[in-house]
Amino acid sequence: MVTIYIEGKAYKIKQGQNLLQACLGLGFDLPYFCWHPALGSVGACRQCAVKRFKDENDTRGEIVMACMTPADDGTRISINDPEAVQFRASVIEWLMINHPHDCPVCDEGGECHLQDMTVMTGHNYRHSRFPKRTHRNQDLGPFINHEMNRCIQCYRCVRFYRDYAGGSDLNALASHDHVYFGRFQSGPLESEFSGNLVEICPTGVFTDKSLKSHFTRKWDLQTAPSVCVHCGLGCNTIPGERYDELRRIRNRYHHQVNGYFLCDRGRYGYEFVNSTQRIRHPLRQAGSREEAKLMMETEALELAAAMLADPGKVIGIGSPRAFLESNFALRALVGPERFHAGLSDSDFKCLGTGCNILQRGPVPAATLQGVALADAAFVLGEDVTQTAPLMALNLRQMRYGKSVRIVSDFQVPEWHDAGVREIGQLQSPALFNATPYPTRLDDEAMRTVYAAPHDLVRLGFAVLAALDASVFPMPDVNDAMQALANEIAQALLKAERPLLVAGTGCGNPALIEAAANMAWYLGRKGSAAAFALCVPECNSLGLRLMGGLDLNSAFQAIDEGRADTVVILENDLYRRADAQAVDAMLQKARNIIVIDHQQTATSEKAHLVLPAATFAEATGTLINNEGRAQRGYAVMPPKGAVRAGWRWLQMLMKAAGHAGASSWLRLENLTADLVKDMPVFQPVAGLDPKPAMPTPGGKLPRQSHRYTGRTAMHADIDVSEPKPPADEDAPLAFSMEGYDGRPPAGLISRVWAPGWNSEQSLNKFQSEIGGPLRGGDPGRRLIEPPASDDIRYFAMPEQEILPGADEYLLVPIHHIFGSEELSMASPGVARQAPQPYLALRPEDAPVGDGEQVRLLVSGKSLVLPLKLLPGMPERTAGLPDGLPGVPKMVLPAVVKILGKGSIEK
Amino acid sequence: MLSNIRTIWEILRHSFRRPETIQYPEQKPYLAPRFRGRIILSRDPDGEERCVACYLCAAACPVDCIALQATEDGYGRRYPAFFRINFSRCILCGFCEEACPTLAIQLTPDYEMCEYDRQNLVYEKEDLLISGPGKYPDYNFYRVAGLAIAGKDKGEAENESEPVDTHTLLP
Ligand code: SF4
Ligand code: SF4
Ligand code: SF4
Ligand code: SF4
Ligand code: FES
Repeated sequence: MVTIYIEGKAYKIKQGQNLLQACLGLGFDLPYFCWHPALGSVGACRQCAVKRFKDENDTRGEIVMACMTPADDGTRISINDPEAVQFRASVIEWLMINHPHDCPVCDEGGECHLQDMTVMTGHNYRHSRFPKRTHRNQDLGPFINHEMNRCIQCYRCVRFYRDYAGGSDLNALASHDHVYFGRFQSGPLESEFSGNLVEICPTGVFTDKSLKSHFTRKWDLQTAPSVCVHCGLGCNTIPGERYDELRRIRNRYHHQVNGYFLCDRGRYGYEFVNSTQRIRHPLRQAGSREEAKLMMETEALELAAAMLADPGKVIGIGSPRAFLESNFALRALVGPERFHAGLSDSDFKCLGTGCNILQRGPVPAATLQGVALADAAFVLGEDVTQTAPLMALNLRQMRYGKSVRIVSDFQVPEWHDAGVREIGQLQSPALFNATPYPTRLDDEAMRTVYAAPHDLVRLGFAVLAALDASVFPMPDVNDAMQALANEIAQALLKAERPLLVAGTGCGNPALIEAAANMAWYLGRKGSAAAFALCVPECNSLGLRLMGGLDLNSAFQAIDEGRADTVVILENDLYRRADAQAVDAMLQKARNIIVIDHQQTATSEKAHLVLPAATFAEATGTLINNEGRAQRGYAVMPPKGAVRAGWRWLQMLMKAAGHAGASSWLRLENLTADLVKDMPVFQPVAGLDPKPAMPTPGGKLPRQSHRYTGRTAMHADIDVSEPKPPADEDAPLAFSMEGYDGRPPAGLISRVWAPGWNSEQSLNKFQSEIGGPLRGGDPGRRLIEPPASDDIRYFAMPEQEILPGADEYLLVPIHHIFGSEELSMASPGVARQAPQPYLALRPEDAPVGDGEQVRLLVSGKSLVLPLKLLPGMPERTAGLPDGLPGVPKMVLPAVVKILGKGSIEK
Repeated sequence: MLSNIRTIWEILRHSFRRPETIQYPEQKPYLAPRFRGRIILSRDPDGEERCVACYLCAAACPVDCIALQATEDGYGRRYPAFFRINFSRCILCGFCEEACPTLAIQLTPDYEMCEYDRQNLVYEKEDLLISGPGKYPDYNFYRVAGLAIAGKDKGEAENESEPVDTHTLLP
């Protein structure tokens, strides 16, 4: 702790900050542009000027940039000094000289940091009479709108895009007052994190293009705290709704999870909520969608009751993209012995191993924040950028962490961005990336190796042997692999916070086991080792922790006639298992009930379809990859017959005459039964924070105090305003009534503070700048491993699947845009997704790049264009995972190349 | 006592004065041009819709009776897809007019909008949009704004220089 004096008054603050951080942390309003808590200071905009005095007798003082001046003990400053005030006013006037007269048509307006700072400094009228400089804009693809005229040259965009996110196609171009922030020519931004420019840029240069297509101002959006549903990391989000349509996703700060950022899949994948493929009514179907008949809810429930008449013959298939509560309700409906997890075979095995490892311990699951703090990391078999994007962004920060650790020798403070990065250039961070094909993280890694999954397992065990040959036997590897293993082992041994990353990407549980062995060994040696598990979907871990049988046993039960009715929850089985097996089951089952929000190949074959709510219309819990239970709240009330998955299941239970379900009218009661039944979920019971302020009905408003059109938005239908819909499940109301000045951390529906309309107002919600939210970060970790010394290491499994002649080992290639089911309903994401292809290394290619090849995979013949991928390991072939047009790969599998192909008619 | 007498005297005196009451609707009162009555949406001097759907009038409205949705034509010009005022809620305060950065929304000296059915007091854009510029004949927001629209490229607004050529190294 040090003492600084602001306007002569003493304040105690944490050491190692700069003056700007200190002032903002203490609640002072000091304007700034180029500083960002995640990017540090560069002193480019000159907006944060304050007066610093030598001692209490100094009356003249000197102007300094607060963001570039350390808040040392005894520093005396004045924010309100007339000279400093005048200086800041001149700076903003100068920044605004070329600013267009755009606010009314600018999407940033109403949440613009430049507007806020201009008002804060009191610059009201334009004095300059010179013509304004103008720029031409670029087309930056489906995610980002570009309006260069509005730029104030703060350089935040390129610092984020290049230095922080590792992108290369956005740059500061041209010179002097012509400086231009864009690509060298129009074209989609290549970085997976480009959407963050919307929040990083303090002006309206980069704005959200998906929002533009249905533009709404920040104050008009109905918002609620939510959790991203597009991968397993559980980034915190704030979705916004207007006129019954989801309009955008914004970051919701969580210190230990996503920090200030989101990936583009999470930010732009939301449009499935508005999709025309939504199921909106109960449907009775006989064979195909064409013959579907709309039903009333009561009719549907009657039909369901008849279908569920023989409880012994009903099985349920859960879903990793459904809330924990929905899966639990399904499990309760069919009984634990007839509940199937609804995961692909390889995911079932990998996640089983992963859960087991996390629960057994003794090494904890890494938080995303912990990933950035690692000083050595070994990624084993996972294409992190595509399967867990924000983890890749955080792995890229290892470089920063590393240089922060060495800067103490150079006397450079941690927030001094240019200095820290300069030092960071000296050496690459100890990041080792071992994957089955070239990935986007390779440029950041110290060493990169591409090998088939079973060879990666061998590499993992070779590293183990290099760590300690007395514990782990040496597998059979070549010299190069051996040398690499030694190097990795040395780096991991040297590290204080080594990190091991593995996941379900290759579908090989032995990779996860090898990584866990390393983490355990290192943890036992005394380092703060952590283990990061990448899981594919938003509730993969929650579903697997719930137990349940695998999908094949569901197929068997139907096939053997032990069951004849199947209830499928928010799941497209054709994405989980071989199409033939799914076909066979759906053919044989007498009754198929599907509860889902999207029309899928599975829902098409159902006899009864019930319309489920998406994450935006229902409240529930998701468990992320580190086992953190997080609650996402409905942003808008479900329309018409749409109900939360768990609510449909509760109604089905009631219709089928199950006792116990009647108390589940509220989420609270369901959760209580869930934790009673499965103690592993105990922390879920206390997830809802209680609002501290007394508000109407004890609920906080989902609408801002500036929400408009209340008495007109529905007036075309009925001039009398409808009553706001009630919400029994959340401490939030679909209304603008109530005080939300400082909500508890888990209930932050929007960030706003007087004078701070942009997301920069977040400073007012944090307990320290860049630190946890006031009142502690939301969500609770389910699994904290027991400190035990009894470690049973996994042995290296025997797994040789050598492909035969003309055969290649199939490797799934993941794509941030394309491999995930729901986000593909967003037009922008679909535009960025690749077309189906077959990837081979050039040496193995039977035809040229882009030409058609015919291949045989799991008994199916396909014709796909060939993509030459230098770096693919020998005798492996890659197919894009989950992409429409590519059949589900049941791993392990081989591909047989039949030769040059032609499109079959 | 004194006050009662004075009151009676005043009443007597008023009985001989000219009445303020007029025979509405046969007779119409004089209304100043700035009288705040029925709201209209005006057009710019080029005859295009002035409203750029910025939502500021809606935000200023104390009774929240303005609802609209922004959209764009193919060239980037923004305008409201729908624009609704619920006059059964409107208190004719004029805040919307004050907030409007484009002078699109204006209050007029017309107040004769009684309806038997309250539903008929809901005015849509077709009911609000007039064919002229209203009280302000000259202002054209898009001529001053930096946004390019059909017929006005970058650098062609008032007081703008040619777009920068980023490829030149000359100062
Ligand atoms: S960037 Fe901000 S100040 Fe500039 S036009 Fe947009 S809203 Fe207005
Ligand atoms: S584009 Fe935005 S972030 Fe980049 S320099 Fe300009 S104002 Fe700053
Ligand atoms: S990293 Fe995953 S959880 Fe985070 S925003 Fe992207 S898709 Fe969503
Ligand atoms: S303030 Fe003016 S320009 Fe903006 S939406 Fe209202 S009428 Fe249109
Ligand atoms: S914030 Fe300090 S100079 Fe820009």
